[in-house]
Amino acid sequence: MKSKILFFIFILLSFFFIFSQNLTQTDQKLFTPVDSTVLKNFIVRDVGNDDGTRIEVFCNFPFDGKNFTLKLYRKESGDSNFKMLKTIKSFPFKIVDEGLFSDKKYEYYISFVDSMGGESEKCIINQPISPKPDLFKTDKTILLLMIIIYTVVIILLVESVRKGKELFVRKISGLDTLDEAVGRATEMGRPVLYVPGSSTMSDIATIASLNILGPVAKKIAEYETKLIVPNRDPIVMTVAKEVVKESYSEAGRPDAYNDNDIFFLTDSQFGYAAAVSGIMTREKPATNLLLGMFWAESLIMAEAGNTTGAIQIAGTDAVTQLPFFITSCDYTIIGEELYAASAYLSREPLLLGTLKAQDYFKGLIIIILTLYFLILIISLITGGNITILKNIMEFLRFIFKS
Amino acid sequence: MALSSNFWIWIAAILTLAIYSFLYKDNPFYKFAEYLLVGISIGYGISVYWHNTIITKVFNPLVYDKNFLVLIPLLLGLLMFSRFFKNVAYLSRIPIAFVVGAGTGLSVPSSFEFLFKQVYATMPTKLDIGIIIIVIGVISTLIYFFFSLEHKGFVGRVSRVGITFIMVAFGAAFGYTIMARVSLFIGRIQFLLSDWLGIIK
Repeated sequence: MKSKILFFIFILLSFFFIFSQNLTQTDQKLFTPVDSTVLKNFIVRDVGNDDGTRIEVFCNFPFDGKNFTLKLYRKESGDSNFKMLKTIKSFPFKIVDEGLFSDKKYEYYISFVDSMGGESEKCIINQPISPKPDLFKTDKTILLLMIIIYTVVIILLVESVRKGKELFVRKISGLDTLDEAVGRATEMGRPVLYVPGSSTMSDIATIASLNILGPVAKKIAEYETKLIVPNRDPIVMTVAKEVVKESYSEAGRPDAYNDNDIFFLTDSQFGYAAAVSGIMTREKPATNLLLGMFWAESLIMAEAGNTTGAIQIAGTDAVTQLPFFITSCDYTIIGEELYAASAYLSREPLLLGTLKAQDYFKGLIIIILTLYFLILIISLITGGNITILKNIMEFLRFIFKS
Repeated sequence: MALSSNFWIWIAAILTLAIYSFLYKDNPFYKFAEYLLVGISIGYGISVYWHNTIITKVFNPLVYDKNFLVLIPLLLGLLMFSRFFKNVAYLSRIPIAFVVGAGTGLSVPSSFEFLFKQVYATMPTKLDIGIIIIVIGVISTLIYFFFSLEHKGFVGRVSRVGITFIMVAFGAAFGYTIMARVSLFIGRIQFLLSDWLGIIK
């Protein structure tokens, strides 16, 4: 009997608790009507020049947001769930809603929250809208034109080199020592270690590194020295194998090629660094070539190589890692010199033509920047009154703004 | 001093010391830690590739969503295995060519965009000493990376200014990164002295 009474009390208390909760929830919904003219100030539209994943919501009306805040919600058409996007406290505002799908329709709602915390009803501010994907980014037209011009210049230069035109490339100190470095390894009877960086095949520095690996492997094959190429990426390893195999064949020494000398270590950044450091101390290569893209592991490898007394030539386009190579390696190939290196070593018309095209564009940029700077100085001296100078400056800025 | 009773903290501490032992010279403890790191990272990498690529990007779309487009990258991936068979080994060049071509093609517009942004940022609308330094630094550095002219005479002098700018930037980057590395080292020492040995709190 006692237990039944206790159970009855428990049921009563439970009802009271649930009921009081519902009452509280109902009390909190203090709906206040929103003026429909206010809603016209909110604009929802698709963001152009994108892949159909963005919609922007903005309001240019200067509301006084001191006494209220605004909550912006999004709802997929046909769905009942609202997602709160942002609480807006200052006006006018502009929000770009990202990560949407072009095959779905979205509705946006707003509600006002007063200083007491009371929230108005959610009011729809747009017709259901889908973000549209664009095939062409119209704001990148100038960029496309520049790429086309650049490509045409490359083709013309490559053709002229093929027809026998000599193109001058200045000395790059780090590369001139490659022969010496490989020769040293041969004399000492020790291997050459070639690290093609820690990045994947989609990285320009890795492609440049594998371009350099070709002539280097050819030289190594001629000297009959052992070449070790540890890799962090399986696809880079496969390409490296192809490159080295071809170079050995070109050097007339396909028999000297050992498939096991080009191997995969691990794709863990520091695991790779630890393993390369281990190879450096155990195999004691006479020459370490660290060429490609590197991150934080650069100093670990370069320092380990330095302690073994190997001659080290390093090169990367990673600006943050170059200081470490400069301090711990004998020769450093800085930034763009890495891209120039493959053309410099192989003297292939295609690579030389590309290198020359790069130079011409660099020259063009130097001329444009110098011209812009001179015009700016004249414009400032004359108080900015010469319209033509202003227009030229604006035109130049417009080109590079895209 | 209160030594940690947590088994995994002991493992982490011993492996930390094993890796640091390389500072003295190569030794069996370092070798053990190195092989362990390489082995575990490969095993972990395979499981990540299995779940995040094979299951999520191939199996699920193919079996549940009936998205047969994934068969194309799957076939390209399988062609990589042709390297194990000498007669058809040349087929592995197809996915390699695809990856290299796609990577290079994608990097062309992004490289141009990056270049444009840099040039635009070097086009000021007003002048002060900072802007003058930036413009001189950019032009002289560009001249240093100009490969069609010998670094002699005027070009040589300007490129020397360029390499000076580069070295100043590298010096700053070096100091900044070393500070970050020292902070990492402090973190490890704190782990050893606090979490493991309990000497400091």
